[in-house]
Amino acid sequence: MTDLLDLIGRSLPAIGAALCLTGGLLAIIGTVGVLRFPDVYTRLHAASVTDTSAMTVAIIGMVMMSPDWLVAFKLVAIWTFFFLTGPASSHALANAAHVAGIKPLTGKSLKHETQGDLS
Amino acid sequence: MIGAAALAFVVAIALMLIRALRGPTLYDRALAVNSIGTKIVLLLGVLGFVTGRPDFLDISLLYALINFVATIAVLKFFRYRSFGVPLSPGGEEGSK
Repeated sequence: MTDLLDLIGRSLPAIGAALCLTGGLLAIIGTVGVLRFPDVYTRLHAASVTDTSAMTVAIIGMVMMSPDWLVAFKLVAIWTFFFLTGPASSHALANAAHVAGIKPLTGKSLKHETQGDLS
Repeated sequence: MIGAAALAFVVAIALMLIRALRGPTLYDRALAVNSIGTKIVLLLGVLGFVTGRPDFLDISLLYALINFVATIAVLKFFRYRSFGVPLSPGGEEGSK
């Protein structure tokens, strides 16, 4: 039992680094989605979903690597702040774009749009 | 491996910078800047663990706070073209 706990304690930094790398790859995937989607709202979807998940995974990894409790507490504070303000800023962006009169792409307009360039 | 994680965040920021530079509308640019801010917070945290000094987390926390306020302020400026307007429509009339 003590050996098992010792093994877990020694392998925690490696697992944490792997989780941080997973978060970085999630961020790259979300960025590719933002670059390739055709509309403000679809880009917002890609960015907000992967930002939240990448942030959660990377912060869990950093908590596993943290040397003492103060660092872990700061990481949990950053996570809580993003958990509260990420959806708020995403909603503010979507609301501002909607009020400014940008229409979401639907059905025929989407098919028509993908014929042209996807800039 | 933690260095590879930092490199992945740098690559994600560089790719998102393309969208910030050539976004067709203002809101694409605001979205890209907000997302870059989130990734920079994570990059600062990871960089603290790369260099063995987790004190970088203080800077990271401050950057997160400023990023949220800056996004909301820029969006409000896009909408009202002024900072002196109250956000809620039911509030008192703000001074122009």
